[in-house]
Amino acid sequence: MTDELDPRPEDLKQRVWESIQRDELPPRDDRGRMRVVMNNLVLHLHPSKVAKPTLKFTYTWGLGGLSLLLVALLAATGVMLMFVYTPSPATAYQDMLRLQTEVWFGQLIRNLHHWSGNLLVIVAFLHLLRVFFTGGFRAPREFNWILGVGLLLLVVGANFTGYLLPWDQLAYWAVTVGSSLLSYIPLIGEALRNFLLGGPEVGAATLTNFYGLHVAILPLTLMAIVSFHIWRVRKDTLTIPHTLDGKVDGAEGGQIEKVTTLPHLVSREMVFALVMTGVILLWSVWVNAPLEAAANPDHSPNPAKAAWYFMGLQELLLHFHPLFGAIIIPGLGLGALILLPYQRFDLSAEGVWFRSKKGRQMAVVGMITAMIAVPAFVVLDEYVLDLPGMLPSLPTLISNGWLPLAALLLLLIGYYDGIKRLFKASACETRQSVFVLLVTSFIVLTIIGVAFRGEGMALMLPWEVL
Amino acid sequence: MTENTLSRRDFLNIAWGAAGALALVETGGVVLSFFSPRVVEGEFGGVIDAGAADTFAVGSVTPFTQGRFYLVRMPDGGFLALYRKCTHLGCVVPWNPAEGRFVCPCHASAFEIDGQVINPPAPRPLDRFAVTIVDGIVRVDTGTPIQRDRTSPDDLVYAEVAP
Ligand code: FES
Repeated sequence: MTDELDPRPEDLKQRVWESIQRDELPPRDDRGRMRVVMNNLVLHLHPSKVAKPTLKFTYTWGLGGLSLLLVALLAATGVMLMFVYTPSPATAYQDMLRLQTEVWFGQLIRNLHHWSGNLLVIVAFLHLLRVFFTGGFRAPREFNWILGVGLLLLVVGANFTGYLLPWDQLAYWAVTVGSSLLSYIPLIGEALRNFLLGGPEVGAATLTNFYGLHVAILPLTLMAIVSFHIWRVRKDTLTIPHTLDGKVDGAEGGQIEKVTTLPHLVSREMVFALVMTGVILLWSVWVNAPLEAAANPDHSPNPAKAAWYFMGLQELLLHFHPLFGAIIIPGLGLGALILLPYQRFDLSAEGVWFRSKKGRQMAVVGMITAMIAVPAFVVLDEYVLDLPGMLPSLPTLISNGWLPLAALLLLLIGYYDGIKRLFKASACETRQSVFVLLVTSFIVLTIIGVAFRGEGMALMLPWEVL
Repeated sequence: MTENTLSRRDFLNIAWGAAGALALVETGGVVLSFFSPRVVEGEFGGVIDAGAADTFAVGSVTPFTQGRFYLVRMPDGGFLALYRKCTHLGCVVPWNPAEGRFVCPCHASAFEIDGQVINPPAPRPLDRFAVTIVDGIVRVDTGTPIQRDRTSPDDLVYAEVAP
């Protein structure tokens, strides 16, 4: 028997390095670059080669990547905050003050966490819009769209549970109002709210519950689904953008040029991440996260507003019976959002913003219609129309629920039909126009709620609200 | 062999499925009860002593911050304990003595002295707590808010006339 010697090099330093990094760095050729991507835990989320047209920045706007960056920032700053914060009504607010005045860079870390969390809600929403308007949800990516919708809900949930933790007036009442929306779910609503709050009102038990959700359950679920989401992006392959006339973008002689992920994609991602980190950092240096007076369960501020992303819902509540404003209308919206990818899609429009020239015009029409109609309806309902007063014999569930909802749905159907005929458009383009109309309505409602509602939730101009 | 005899394979599959479902239900039960709200004795949620009945003027509204309710003495002398939480979205509704009504700061719901809705969006009158008067002492049970669709004279509790 001969002793066979290990063929690997003698030098210990080199042996340690090679046990960690198997491939040559920096790689010398395309093969090497592809191998590095394949063998690296993080980079492996990417394919080793990508189609060149998908790299175009104005195709994705880097919104998915930005979401991921924000999640990373949130995790890092969140863990830091855990070391200086105790989730109990007696200490929480004191900890916040201490964080801002005594802890080195405490205010900065809190600002970073606060602004990243709010930005993430916006960016995740924009990412959803981007995927819809470029047709990135069509088969086989339907399920990834649903995962995305789930992620958006998780992001909102994480933000909402975090909202309570500073335990100031803003936090306390936003969570009181927000969680009361739940109690309008028929039959189980009340129990559900009590379960979430750990009692009938926001209190010590609520703070413990929300803390557990905010630092463990929601982030872990989020991480798990995000990995799934990204893995599916890779498995389902990226959408190759078409041009307006239906040609595949960047295809010469029927061949789509492919480039190695390293460095073409990775370097772009790094630059973008660096720039965005810089922007968020600068913003957080200059703009402090708000902190009001300590929470006082005996005194509601006037007006008491929900978290800003729920202000659209809160605005709906001012016009509809709560069962409709809080549950039925948002439920219909969410259901439609989930079913969206299962509609039929015009394949030649994949990757084209707003499907076609006609689609773009119709989207603009939808947007303008919403921007005019929604404020008009809000003002009309506020000052002129009083359905429950006009129909006193009917229960408000009908006069302020079914009736206005039916009227709005009829108007929507009328809009669908009208614009489809007007533009001689396909169902796909018309549906998109309706989608734009609804999304714009939601945004307009949110803006009205945030900026035009003042004391007693009366309508007023933004400078009177402040 | 009859048509509907169960093969051994089917039987085992069903048994496994049932055992699995049972385990899930049990785990769910454990999780739910582990996280279910706990009531602390002696705090809001218990019976609160409001004091002697004759110390409350007729037509007065007295806030009890600890108990989170208003003790209302109606013009006819009847007692009523109103939960201070707005039935709309849960804000604390302050009593406005000048207007003689409760006005919610959050979305402008207004309620009569007996909790009746004057102004929506509140969908139902203020919830009440059970009041008992024993030996001239008013006690309010803050354990369960009583929801009601409309106010009624039956909600009122009267002190027995002193002999
Ligand atoms: S919470 Fe009182 S009116 Fe909305």
